[in-house]
Amino acid sequence: MRYGLTKRLMTVTILLAMSGGMALAEQLVVSISRHQVLVNSSFTGTSIVLFGALMPDKPDFKPRPKPYDIIVTIQGPRETVVTRQKERILGIWINSRSRTFAGVPSYHATLTNRPLPEIADSATLDELEAGFHNLPLSQRVGSQILESARSDPFRTNFIRLKEEHGLYTEQTNAVTLLTPTIFRAGIPVPAVAQVGNYEVTVQVLSGGKVVASTHTAFELVKVGFEQFVAQAATRHGLLYGLAMVMMALTTGWLASVVFRRD
Amino acid sequence: MQIYLPIADLPVNIFLMLGMGLAVGIISGMFGIGGGFLMTPLLIFIGIPSGVAVASVASHIAASSCSGALSYWRRNAVDMALVGMLLVGGIIGTAAGVVLFTVLRSVGQLDIVIGLSYVALLGIVGGLMINESLRVILRERSGQSTPTRRGGSHTWIHGLPLKMRFKRSRIYVSAIPVVAIGFVIGFIGAIMGIGGGFMLVPMLIYLLRVPTTTVIGTSMVLTLVTMASATIMHAVTNQLVDAVLALILMVGGVIGAQFGARAGQNMRGERLRLLLGVLVFAVGLRFAYQLVVVPADLFSLLVLDVE
Repeated sequence: MRYGLTKRLMTVTILLAMSGGMALAEQLVVSISRHQVLVNSSFTGTSIVLFGALMPDKPDFKPRPKPYDIIVTIQGPRETVVTRQKERILGIWINSRSRTFAGVPSYHATLTNRPLPEIADSATLDELEAGFHNLPLSQRVGSQILESARSDPFRTNFIRLKEEHGLYTEQTNAVTLLTPTIFRAGIPVPAVAQVGNYEVTVQVLSGGKVVASTHTAFELVKVGFEQFVAQAATRHGLLYGLAMVMMALTTGWLASVVFRRD
Repeated sequence: MQIYLPIADLPVNIFLMLGMGLAVGIISGMFGIGGGFLMTPLLIFIGIPSGVAVASVASHIAASSCSGALSYWRRNAVDMALVGMLLVGGIIGTAAGVVLFTVLRSVGQLDIVIGLSYVALLGIVGGLMINESLRVILRERSGQSTPTRRGGSHTWIHGLPLKMRFKRSRIYVSAIPVVAIGFVIGFIGAIMGIGGGFMLVPMLIYLLRVPTTTVIGTSMVLTLVTMASATIMHAVTNQLVDAVLALILMVGGVIGAQFGARAGQNMRGERLRLLLGVLVFAVGLRFAYQLVVVPADLFSLLVLDVE
């Protein structure tokens, strides 16, 4: 079944690449090593391998004068996050100001074969949303949704904390061109990554212009006892609470039976 | 060996947690207290989010007070009428505490309020205990006889209306202070993750004149019920009760308490009280330090929801 799914996805990928690129002269085919990552309690992070190949779609295709550059961007499920800042008030450190970022990616990775500024000019990179420095991060102010300024300290610290957790990353050596037309990329998945859908966009540039692009995706699924407990706690709070009390009473009662001295 | 805590969302060493449960259990058995005021801070100091620590310790205290309550029950040393009256305030207090806990968490001020509460409460209680036991010890050294507290003397509390008779404890007292004490213990317990036995017992003895025969058993049953309801309320509103964490603490705690109870019988009362006072005060100081020292990171992230 999995083979069938992969095959169908590949077909879709190829069709997309062809239909989207009638004016383009090459076909881009990509495949990732896993479409589903199962995360259990001992999960310490993993890496997904993406392979891609470019091939001329017409026999009379003339090779491009400039070598290919690859930009792979991955976006995780969107989330709403509060960023809080501590300040010293009357000698103690208290969370004072805060900013809510709404609908921002929980995970964002940009993988390339060389530094972004060498691949294209900043206007093109902005358009491609390559690199989290170009990422639009909207914040909720009251009932309004506003775009955060690039120099906003809440924005820069939000990105810094995300980077420290390995959730926002920019890697300029993560894509390897095995031949000028075949490439491989390692997608890092940290232990703290959110459960959900991860969209992968592959863009191929030559001389600073996009010549082919395609999409694929993978899914992060949590499994195991711990996940069962976490789900029970959020979905059935009352039952969970009652079960906890039963557990406490049983443990207490057992102890009083085992260690009974009177 | 690492074990993953599903609600705290982090891995911990299972032997460290068992050891902490045992250590706190020994202390709680030695002094006849629940040990929540030590367990919650310890969990916070090793990096468990304070909300998860408070909510999970509530169920841990329910377990340790359950075995204690059962043995006092067998000896018929529980005043159920008094427990019932205390619970009227206790349940309302617990609910109020959980509501405040939820509000504080949503505005990002839970940690600071828990920290400040611990500094204030442990500082005052620890200071009083050290002061009193030192005075008794010094008086014994100088050869003077210790003045014993006289039972039966009346205070303004005994002048309040709505008087009730509690047969088992042989007291005749107004219902108002009983409900109020229950409320205070339930409220503080829900916010700070403590059973409150170390405050409840002196309150019952000095304010209501409950005799020593029923005071510990009554306190244990009250702690059991308030902490069980706090567990349920925390599970329903904040979903912060960590079953794996709580189970490890429970097992360590109930075993430790048995050893502690035996060790406690071989120690002299005032020395024991001084030791507990120093311990309580030290935990308070540790919290104060955490509040004034410059945090490692001034910024923090909290995920509200994921699409």
